[in-house]
Amino acid sequence: MSLLEVEGIDTLYGDSHVLFGVSLRVEQNEVVALLGRNGAGKTTTLRTLMGVLSPRTGTIRLDGQPIHGLPPSKIARVGMQLVPEERAVFGGLTVEENLRVACLSAPKAWPLSRIWEIFPRLKERRTSRGRTLSGGEQQMLSIARALVRDPRILLLDEPFEGLAPLIVQDLVVLTKRLAAEGRTIVVVEQNVAAVLSFADRVYGFNNGHVVYEGQASALRTDPAPMRDFMGLAL
Amino acid sequence: MPSTAVLLSQAFNGLALGSLLALVSSGLTIILGTLGVLNFAHGALFAVGAYTAFVMMSATHSFLLALLGGCAIMLVVGFAMERLVIRHFYARPDEDQILVTYGIGIVLVEALRAWFGGNSQRVPVPSWGVGATKLGFLVYPTYRLQLIGIVAALLLGLYLVLYRTAIGLVVRAGIENAGMVGILGIDVRRTFLLVFGIGVVAVGLAGMLYAPVVSVTPDMGASFMVQSFVVIVLGGLGSFPGAVVGGLIAGEVISLTSAFSSAYSEVMLYGLMALVLVARPQGLFGTEGRV
Repeated sequence: MSLLEVEGIDTLYGDSHVLFGVSLRVEQNEVVALLGRNGAGKTTTLRTLMGVLSPRTGTIRLDGQPIHGLPPSKIARVGMQLVPEERAVFGGLTVEENLRVACLSAPKAWPLSRIWEIFPRLKERRTSRGRTLSGGEQQMLSIARALVRDPRILLLDEPFEGLAPLIVQDLVVLTKRLAAEGRTIVVVEQNVAAVLSFADRVYGFNNGHVVYEGQASALRTDPAPMRDFMGLAL
Repeated sequence: MPSTAVLLSQAFNGLALGSLLALVSSGLTIILGTLGVLNFAHGALFAVGAYTAFVMMSATHSFLLALLGGCAIMLVVGFAMERLVIRHFYARPDEDQILVTYGIGIVLVEALRAWFGGNSQRVPVPSWGVGATKLGFLVYPTYRLQLIGIVAALLLGLYLVLYRTAIGLVVRAGIENAGMVGILGIDVRRTFLLVFGIGVVAVGLAGMLYAPVVSVTPDMGASFMVQSFVVIVLGGLGSFPGAVVGGLIAGEVISLTSAFSSAYSEVMLYGLMALVLVARPQGLFGTEGRV
């Protein structure tokens, strides 16, 4: 049994049908990348996994327990944690308060010292309000806020989007470190080269369908499926 | 030109009115900020608070017991409103929320009229607040001075809840992004219930404290509601410090203008709001794009 098993989910935004029978699985300690063009359904998949959107049909099981249809707060409590594309840092709260909110409902929350060790920059800015942070610092805080809850599965939505190349490098190093520590991660990212450098397995999306499944190592050697199945420019 | 004594007296009246407006607006703004609901029943709830003080005072003859009992009643009213009606309107358009809360306001005011009649009721000034106090430069009604102190203590209490407790942390985070609070494992519906309850208790307390100063009538909350809308726009939607500072500014503007011409007191208030909106559209303490 996989840690996360998704079977045939259909998700709609109002009347707009976005996901069609999406199935995927994620094993413990695995980093899975969802690739595809804009609008292919990757972010919708993450939002459906988190419970922000409810699937119309299909099942989502975490450790064998069904979680589809549960509200995000309950899904977070069983160990799923989304780092949203828009980062959603609480701008009026300090860095430390942002982390403390995240700890409130987490039974095995990390001590903040562990976060400061991973993100020394956030420690320096612990009393700064979220809205005064740079884009890179906000992304770090958004990831730190998820990590501090010690999630079983981390869902990263476009973690490198809109950031300067040097910051992206730092975040890639961080994500590799998390992967090496055995953290289970599902990542959506347009920066395919960066994501293939740490992903174990890949699902390709096109028009709301899963059109490809394979090892990241295979795509590193032969990227043709990304063009053929997912319509990505190589 | 009014005398210095009149101006000083009006400045104190402004402080009393401003502190009450700050309390009313705090309730309105945390409900708007967290739940995204503009509560048009807020004025009616102010009147419900005043009538609660009237009933509890008649029953217990103790203003303190009336306040405590009144808070409990307002909390129940707030919880019932959220559970039975407001909760079903979170996902509905703004105009639906406005219509339903406006409707609740009408029902509450007419229920008060049906129950207590249209004539005004009087709530006696508590025994410890009777008379006037000499301030050296001014003789001022004792209860009004105490009112300023009590409201200041209540606002400080609300500040401590919002800025020094875990619940306050969740509320402040929820004001910014309730969806993200849910993603972080916190049941926002429970937070919403609590916030609505706190907001209703705040406006109810303002009504209870104001009751000994004025005639208690079913419509007494109408002007407070309009003024508190101006206050939260002045201070910034969803901002607690904005509600407090905006309330004090509004109270002084209304009272000091009244010393010259009462007809212009609200005109000045709206004029000030227009100026603030031109210079700082998000309000004094508001954040752009929020709420």
